Amino acid sequence: MKLVRDLVILGAVMATALAPILADAQGITGYRPVTDQRLAEPEASNWLMTRGNYQGWSYSPLDQVNTQNVKKLAPVWALSTGVDSGHQAPLLVNNGVMFIATPYNQVIAAEARSGKLLWRYKREMPEGLSVLHNTSRGVALHGDKVYLATHDCVLVALDAKTGKVAWEQKVEDWKTGYYMTLAPLIAKGKVMVGVSGGEFGVRGFVQAFDAQTGKPGWKTYTIPGPGEPGHETWSGETWKKGGGSVWITGTYDPASNLTYWGTGNASPWFGDQRPGDNLYTSSTVALDADSGKIKGHFQYHWNDSWDWDEPDAPMILDFTKDGKTVKGLIHPARNGYLYRLERSNDKISFVSATPYVKQNVFKSIDPKTGRPEYNPERVPGTGKRADFCPSLWGGKDWPFAAYNPKLGMLFIPANDNHCGYMTGKVQPYVAGKWWTGVDIPDIGFAVDKNARHFGEVQAWDINGNKRVWSHLFTDSMNWGPVLTTGGGLVFGGGTNDRYFRAFDASTGEVLWQFRSNSGITAPPVSFAVDGVQYIGVASGWGVDPAFQQGLLGDLLGWPKDVPQGGVVWVFAVSQ
Amino acid sequence: MRFPLSSAHAECGDGARAGFDAPPPDRRTILKVGLGLGVGWCGLRVPVVAAEDASRARPHEGDVLVVAYGEQAGQVISTKTLPQGGPQLIAYPMDPVAKVIRDGSLLNQVAVVRLDPTGLSESTRAQSAAGVVAYSAICTHEGCPVSMWHKDSKTLFCSCHASRFDPTDGARVVDGPAPRRLATLPLKAVDGNVVVAAGFTGRVGGKTQ
Repeated sequence: MKLVRDLVILGAVMATALAPILADAQGITGYRPVTDQRLAEPEASNWLMTRGNYQGWSYSPLDQVNTQNVKKLAPVWALSTGVDSGHQAPLLVNNGVMFIATPYNQVIAAEARSGKLLWRYKREMPEGLSVLHNTSRGVALHGDKVYLATHDCVLVALDAKTGKVAWEQKVEDWKTGYYMTLAPLIAKGKVMVGVSGGEFGVRGFVQAFDAQTGKPGWKTYTIPGPGEPGHETWSGETWKKGGGSVWITGTYDPASNLTYWGTGNASPWFGDQRPGDNLYTSSTVALDADSGKIKGHFQYHWNDSWDWDEPDAPMILDFTKDGKTVKGLIHPARNGYLYRLERSNDKISFVSATPYVKQNVFKSIDPKTGRPEYNPERVPGTGKRADFCPSLWGGKDWPFAAYNPKLGMLFIPANDNHCGYMTGKVQPYVAGKWWTGVDIPDIGFAVDKNARHFGEVQAWDINGNKRVWSHLFTDSMNWGPVLTTGGGLVFGGGTNDRYFRAFDASTGEVLWQFRSNSGITAPPVSFAVDGVQYIGVASGWGVDPAFQQGLLGDLLGWPKDVPQGGVVWVFAVSQ
Repeated sequence: MRFPLSSAHAECGDGARAGFDAPPPDRRTILKVGLGLGVGWCGLRVPVVAAEDASRARPHEGDVLVVAYGEQAGQVISTKTLPQGGPQLIAYPMDPVAKVIRDGSLLNQVAVVRLDPTGLSESTRAQSAAGVVAYSAICTHEGCPVSMWHKDSKTLFCSCHASRFDPTDGARVVDGPAPRRLATLPLKAVDGNVVVAAGFTGRVGGKTQ
């Protein structure tokens, strides 16, 4: 049975991508347009969107590379991006053409099997623009275009064949603190983007644009305005600068036509400056893809005071509980709990929340609603210091978890044994300026110096809601999104020693590792060209991992210098 | 008029200063001299910038410094209004005659801090006024505002990537990814106010700007 499926997959691969990529004056020849249908049912040989499928699984069905032969995995080609800082974008692959997004919004097209450079787009940033997170979580593909959400808050459509700009559409005014880091989500001919800026007093939103023309469509704020449900969870005028960034690409359920988005911290950071639950911050919201209407939400923690964004959109998958199948949503939260939720056409319901790292803020969680009760001593406020675990970087920050449907297992890149402390102050609001209530040098960060580990990769049985194995990193945090494959593997980097690793998905054993140029914080991907399976990842350390590593250098003596500079690596099993 | 070209590289990034120090030489002169020294189009930018709004020009000798943001925005900074020993205040230069605040370019933001003059390095003291020093507030790494203050080390702190700069010693890099120190804006004291003594000592802006 397995052999038959392998042959089917390889057969499909060979039928679609035999010829080398050719480029002439008109650009790449024979580029295969990306349709709604292909996005809904992506071929195993391609990696057409950020997490591989609409459901956000970070799973490749390919199994040519497997637990038996992964030891022979070796680099096939590498490509220097010429850019430093945090490379956090997956390598999208469409029939042999790879698209690479870098910090500062460059996009590179390369031949996926050879690394041959096909074209490069460089965005010119306006004078005076600087962004807190100068990274890109990737591009999106549709038709014959490549879509990029930029630091200066513009949606750019590029011709996939040439890299030339097809159209640009302003999303917001970057001078007021808005910027974009996410890869767009594309469904039913719409390009959807969300905005960052929750440290600058923005009001977050998701907006849809016509994929062909760039014409603006619906726009839904993550902070409800007057007259909208949820507005009552804000006091006075606080909603106007309420935060709720949308850092990460949404997931999409074609059956219900709902998109699911994670939202960031409320703004400013200290809850006593904005009394109320502060919907829909630190939440998952379900938006109708056609209208943008909010069709459900779940808030992981109300009135956030820990900078615990919940930016990562939930995975869409079904699991079993008490013998019944639950149409579910899964979210390993920054607040340190693993959430299982139930999705339907008009609501999101709580199923379970289980701590996966040490967390000392929640006293209890309501078993029906999922609403936590807080230990007041662990809630920082204005003029009130509180110590809390995990720190603002959470049990898991943005890096993606992965779900392997063959195994029913979830893999979480986690960080444990770190805590934070803060004292808030009232900061005057200036458009486009830092406005959290605490300056960065005053944000406390601490670690348990007696801890056995800090970073880890955890594997969970999603039906039994139990941890199966955990790989511990004693001398590093883990900032690496993970990929799991039909070959029974989990791939990930994320550590300060620059290694890229393959784990046995069933046991957690490290089967292979490779020391790359820099720390890896980008999602690994898998694809196939001409019947050969490849594993690809961009290596390039920067942004929060680099800042945190500096603090850990002071606390634990870890090396502060993790070399920077982006390189794309592509591996295959040597024959 | 220092233009051109003994420090041609600095003038490229700081063309506004050159343009406003004196009426700019005509385009043909610049082109001839520039090409002769192999710096070409760089010199051509000067008259272009000179024609722009004075609010975008880099600071000039004689400019005063005004508070950039908040309730005191626009108020002239004197030695007495700055807290002794930090933190810094973010300021814009202002032409005191035309009353033009040079806030047309975010790269004109300046970090002004008042320190004990005896704690300053010799070269920094020479560019200070009554203990007040001023530096470009644009980080040399990625151009973020150096708007925060690291209390423990008494250093200027970049609000994006945590580079730190020593204000007592020419804003040299103490920690973090910044590749070079912040440009100094030399000051002098005039009637209790701090006044710009000369243009930035180096290029302002991050690596990508």
